[in-house]
Amino acid sequence: MRAFTQHQGIVAPLDLANVDTDMIIPKQFLKSIKRTGFGKNLFDELRYEDEGQPDQECTGRPLREDFVLNQAKYAGSSVLLARRNFGCGSSREHAPWALDDYGFRVVIAPSFADIFFNNCFKNGLLPIQLSEENVEQLFQEVANEDGYALSIDLEAQTVTTQSGTSFSFDVDDFRKHCLLNGLDDIGLTLQDQDAIKSYEAERQQSAPWLFVNKG
Amino acid sequence: MSTKTLYDKLWDQHLVKQRDDGSALIYIDLQLLHEVTSPQAFEGLRMANRKPWRISGNLATPDHNVPTTKNERREGVNGIADPVSKIQVVTLDENCDEFGITEFNMMDERQGIVHVVGPEQGATLPGMTVVCGDSHTSTHGAFGALAHGIGTSEVEHVLATQCLVQKKNKNMLVRVDGELSPYVSAKDVVLAIIGEIGTAGGTGYVIEFGGTGIQSLSMEGRMTVCNMAIEAGARVGLIAVDQTTIDYVEGRPYAPKGEQWDQAVEAWKDLVSDEGAHFDNVVVLKAEDIKPQVTWGTSPEMVIAIDQAIPRSEDQTDPVLKEGYARAWKYMGLEGKSVLADITLDRVFIGSCTNSRIEDLRIAAEVVKGRQVAESLKQAIVVPGSGLVKAQAEAEGLDEIFTQAGLEWREPGCSMCLAMNADKLGNGEHCASTSNRNFEGRQGFGGRTHLVSPAMAAAAAIAGHFVDVNELVKH
Ligand code: SF4
Repeated sequence: MRAFTQHQGIVAPLDLANVDTDMIIPKQFLKSIKRTGFGKNLFDELRYEDEGQPDQECTGRPLREDFVLNQAKYAGSSVLLARRNFGCGSSREHAPWALDDYGFRVVIAPSFADIFFNNCFKNGLLPIQLSEENVEQLFQEVANEDGYALSIDLEAQTVTTQSGTSFSFDVDDFRKHCLLNGLDDIGLTLQDQDAIKSYEAERQQSAPWLFVNKG
Repeated sequence: MSTKTLYDKLWDQHLVKQRDDGSALIYIDLQLLHEVTSPQAFEGLRMANRKPWRISGNLATPDHNVPTTKNERREGVNGIADPVSKIQVVTLDENCDEFGITEFNMMDERQGIVHVVGPEQGATLPGMTVVCGDSHTSTHGAFGALAHGIGTSEVEHVLATQCLVQKKNKNMLVRVDGELSPYVSAKDVVLAIIGEIGTAGGTGYVIEFGGTGIQSLSMEGRMTVCNMAIEAGARVGLIAVDQTTIDYVEGRPYAPKGEQWDQAVEAWKDLVSDEGAHFDNVVVLKAEDIKPQVTWGTSPEMVIAIDQAIPRSEDQTDPVLKEGYARAWKYMGLEGKSVLADITLDRVFIGSCTNSRIEDLRIAAEVVKGRQVAESLKQAIVVPGSGLVKAQAEAEGLDEIFTQAGLEWREPGCSMCLAMNADKLGNGEHCASTSNRNFEGRQGFGGRTHLVSPAMAAAAAIAGHFVDVNELVKH
């Protein structure tokens, strides 16, 4: 996995609560058996006027001019600012894949849905939870200033504005460690394979019905 | 502290290793696989040259993409008209073959929606940990199993290690006291709960559903409730094990037999929260207050009882809600409408992992029996949750009742729940749906979904608009 240490980038404000993973990447694009290539269909229904199809070329599709990612001033943005309960709904990991593929490295919101939040960490995408007040302040600042950018430091757990205001955020130690070092979860878990084996052996004795063979 | 909640017990029983940083390695007893969220996980295994840790800990079936018309189904995967869907289903078949994982493929009568199939086969058992790359894995919590949805990276992680890295959640109890009114079902209960606590109300919690209003439900009903725990923000919904649970499991193909059965039942009796166990949050609803529910907007929390007025944006004080309501009004085309009956329906969908089990089909059939679907409707379809549910329904003659009333009787799959196959809504069409998500575009581009119970969907199919099913059956 790609490591995440520090990042500085332009902020795109998505002023909408309860953004669900169907919005982030509509289901017709879930038919892919790959992990990449979802960026052009990120927020497909919010971004384009027409109904997108998998494998379709997206340049030339009619754009919804008022959608944030279609506005020139947010071109090249890599930090997504959002409202509460971001990423609710389906567990599709295609949602962080699409955000990542588009170029986002950070999502900031007052709250996230659990599965989405977890999926982000597996893909080197950093979800940052800030208070409603701090998020509101960032929305106001981004509205008032073109090219508004933020600096994120995972080691220090801070989000810093260009004027120097700094907000700190929480992240649990294990996730932080994995993200900072770009560690593969599976490899880490397999370091504990003896513990898994002895757990399994004990369970097989005490609850043998959990180990039936399905045929 | 010796008293534990059911969640505490399940957690402790599956703890392989507690790490210093607060995370824990949790053992997974069963992983269910389907075609949409597994291909990249299998690919990951192959790329890292890894083998599944325990093959028997997995069970697979295609569901999201499979067509539900007889013609397309007759030829199995070859009959799938959409080439991209077909690749996904074929990929699942190939991956299961390659790694030796049991799969109920499209031609197998046991094929169906994963969350219907697992319990039906007794693959899901009380006291298990169950995961699947699908958020509605919470369904299996109805068995006193710790079950939740995961992403594709975690699917790969479970394939490779039979474990997940987890942090413990908080405990929430949602109690429904009293007795439910006629034609008020599990779906109405869970929609009312979501209306009460909101779609983020359960975030960070495991919700245990309890009280007489829950205990009186059948296993089918309990699965409906736990299925939608995720719509309240909780990855896990749980219901304590009782005689209803044990009776349902007994005799299922993968359920323990003989001496092991007795041993298992003994162990399962402890799968309840101890008297006085601590919950971080408790919410209580009165069963008698719950009326048939219908969602009016684009989030499951935008829900009202059939006799309530549709809430207006201008009456909201919270600015985020105000904005959200305005957007939902626009998307749902509610201008000029004030009550649910004002909405003209285009389609009706009875199915999905929320409501496609035999009990759901029985109640819907009871409502439409001897009646005719409204002429104004473009389509009403009934999609059983699995091949076995379909066979059971046909043995009871439910298919005949549906077709005589003017509803289509389909082959099993997810179908119009998420519209990955050909079953979908047209732009701007309103649908009474027994599924679990009314998000924008969920059932088709521009489609407008209203979540309801099977009885309410059936009543809506007859009337052409929403009505209280109790009123309809009176006539
Ligand atoms: S029926 Fe709908 S919610 Fe359930 S698994 Fe299928 S697509 Fe997901």
